[in-house]
Amino acid sequence: MSSHGIRDRVAIIGMGCTPFREHWDKGTDDLLIDAATECCESAGIARNDIDAFWFGTAQSAMSGIALAAPLKLVNKPVTRVENYCATGSEALRNACYAVASGAYDSAMAIGVEKVKDSGYQGLNGFPIPNDGTNRTLTAAAMFSLVAPAYAERYGVEPDHLRRVLARIASKNHHNGARNPRALFRREMDVDAICAMPSVAGQLSVMDCAGVADGSAAAIVVRAEDAHRYTDKPLFVKALSFVAGNGSGLLDPDYNYTTFPECVEAGRDAYAQAGITDPRSQLAMAEVHDCFTPTELVLMEDLGLSARGEAWRDIEAGVFDLGGEVAVNPDGGLKSFGHPVGASGLRMMFECWLQLRGEAPEDRRIAHADRGLALTHNLGGYPGEMVSFVGIVGNEHG
Amino acid sequence: MRGIISAAGYVPHWRLQRSAIGAFHGGRGGPGARAVASYDEDSTTLAVEAARPALADAGPGAVPEVLWFASSSPTYLEKTNATVVHAALRLPRSTAAYDAAGAVRSGVGALRAALDSTVTTVVVTGELRVGMPNGGDESAGGDAGAALVVGDGDGVIAEYLGAASATREFLDRWRSPGELRTKQWEEKFGENNYVALSGQAWTDALSSAGVIAADVTAAIVVGPHSRAVGAVRKKLSVPSGVDIAKQIGSSGAVEAALHLAAQLDVASPGDVLALVALSDGADVVLFRVTDAIVDRRPSRPVQPQIAAGDDSLPYSKYLAWRAVMAPEPPRRPEPARVSASAAGRSVEWKYGFVGSRDRSSGAVHLPPARVSFVGGAVDDMEPIPMSEVLGTVVTLTVDRLAYSPSPPVIFAVVDFDGGGRLPLELTDARPEQVRVGSRVEMTFRRLNTADGIANYFWKGRVIDGPDEGNHP
Repeated sequence: MSSHGIRDRVAIIGMGCTPFREHWDKGTDDLLIDAATECCESAGIARNDIDAFWFGTAQSAMSGIALAAPLKLVNKPVTRVENYCATGSEALRNACYAVASGAYDSAMAIGVEKVKDSGYQGLNGFPIPNDGTNRTLTAAAMFSLVAPAYAERYGVEPDHLRRVLARIASKNHHNGARNPRALFRREMDVDAICAMPSVAGQLSVMDCAGVADGSAAAIVVRAEDAHRYTDKPLFVKALSFVAGNGSGLLDPDYNYTTFPECVEAGRDAYAQAGITDPRSQLAMAEVHDCFTPTELVLMEDLGLSARGEAWRDIEAGVFDLGGEVAVNPDGGLKSFGHPVGASGLRMMFECWLQLRGEAPEDRRIAHADRGLALTHNLGGYPGEMVSFVGIVGNEHG
Repeated sequence: MRGIISAAGYVPHWRLQRSAIGAFHGGRGGPGARAVASYDEDSTTLAVEAARPALADAGPGAVPEVLWFASSSPTYLEKTNATVVHAALRLPRSTAAYDAAGAVRSGVGALRAALDSTVTTVVVTGELRVGMPNGGDESAGGDAGAALVVGDGDGVIAEYLGAASATREFLDRWRSPGELRTKQWEEKFGENNYVALSGQAWTDALSSAGVIAADVTAAIVVGPHSRAVGAVRKKLSVPSGVDIAKQIGSSGAVEAALHLAAQLDVASPGDVLALVALSDGADVVLFRVTDAIVDRRPSRPVQPQIAAGDDSLPYSKYLAWRAVMAPEPPRRPEPARVSASAAGRSVEWKYGFVGSRDRSSGAVHLPPARVSFVGGAVDDMEPIPMSEVLGTVVTLTVDRLAYSPSPPVIFAVVDFDGGGRLPLELTDARPEQVRVGSRVEMTFRRLNTADGIANYFWKGRVIDGPDEGNHP
């Protein structure tokens, strides 16, 4: 199998991102219109001048019509995309391939999720008729299995690991507090987080991503056309995706301290982008911090920490805003919530701001000059997940 | 020789102390405790849990041609409940499965039908005994299951000697479908009838069996009319057999088989046992315990199950479990109903807990798969029944958010002995009783109900918790 990638063949020339909120007064259509409009203005292009659209939503709408109708697109190909929590990134990946193939000159990737209309807290999947034997655990419970397994494997005292996990949440809250688009804009210290009652295993509600509505969008064109639209395009260096086969649920050798799908997506993306030492080469990473143990393990799976060392690196501040590699400088899912279709593009929006020097002063990362940023999503559970890794850079290689 | 080949009772894990009932209603509530089926058990699952060891004890040679399921608390009307039991026991398609449901007398009736037939038959019973709060049935009832395998051959542990019934229409206890409350006519009216009818059945049964009263080692008298049971016991003037009702409550249609199973746990070769069941008539069935019992003792005796009960169950939880008092459900979407066609395709997995094993790599797949996760071979799997295989908890969590009729959900990743892993829900335990390394057996449960459809599947049950067995 070969994964050749499309390094430097496609560039992002405009982006938009709505505030992520409990948007009681905005529907799916409103959010799409807001994100698409901001995105088009950012690129200086009219929406009907875009050739094709990839539209990600997990369960807020079906078919391309759900984008074409609110935007009143005229005779446009619109593809609805769904791939669990990586849906937004998957829209971008496919839009990039469409442009790279030469089929279109430009394409928009746009994602949305209207979570807050369900009447229930949290994300709730719609039921597919089945035999009734599927697990009905919450995602929080499934990911809570990671913490004790990690503590056991690397000999970290559970109470100590509890504080490490709280520090992840605290860091992301710190960043989110500096981001006007974030849902949560309040800092939380480690002690306050540790004091919360547990909801699943060791995890408290403060270890979980928030819940919000939102939408984000990007326009991609051929790399050679990028400077017609902006002085500071982001060039797509790598796009990688793995759909796990669920063997982690069957395999007694799986130990819940790693997500093999993410390891592989990361490895493939680094190869595509020519990255050999991500910790020193990446300026930042936006990773899928759906729960704090997820971010812990991802540091190792994505090669930002050595195996068994992420907990030390987190305590040492390696991934803080001013650290060696800023992780989730925008505040992450922790501060933004997780409107599934939008999250991957929201992550890319932070790369867009940081690598173009447009992030506000109090949220700037230390090593923007490295010029490379990673986005990562996962969807599903330990043992059975999808994973996306994308890398963009502000220079054509 | 025809008779009972194997017998097993199932006493659920939980006990409700009668003092807990009294404390709530402002009284003493009486001594002792009643057995309580967990929120995820019903008459069908109780029957399955009893039938699993009974069939195992009967051995592979005794394949029932008929299954009778008896209960006065069936989960379904119109639809046969026995087919669920049939599926959970992985009985062959050629085995018929029938319900004898509605009346308490169905329990002994099914047993008599089995004894009087000529084919190997398994009689399974399960019962949820409920009643109005602070009422006699709530306090005196007990949930349980029991199963008897009836057939011919050297494996018979209790030879069927003969039986007789006495039937007359009279109104003692009655309940309308869907009602919680069982009503009862004045007690002495029923008592008089039972004493008279049992006398007749007793005489007829002894004569049909060719034994005299003095030959009877133990008379096992059962029935929901406790006063009549006491009176008949006294009048028979033969030694009384086990009295499980006194320990866990009166279990309706289960009682005859449950008491017989418990008596066979302790019986000696040559014992003559008289089962006397009082319910809308009297039925007397006589057995002689054979030498075979020495080598074929029930593998899951009743008394240890009674001793292992957890009597910490709060009355409020009991009321919620039986939907006598409905607390506000979690604010989560309720489960969707099971798809009949999807369930139909996965009968062996969903009901029988049969996985698959890849012939080339040996990898066990739970649920069964067509393509192996090791090596990728397609359609080279053999079925591997897992319901009787034990496992070990690898990691676990407690989910306080997931929808459950009785939160929180205890969830564990379990590795099975000999291969195979499944993340599954644990039951009959409190969170602090489970740890990494806990040993787990499988148990057949009702996960939830939606649109009237009971969703059955298997859960894990810890068998060696930190305080060793009694409180898993």
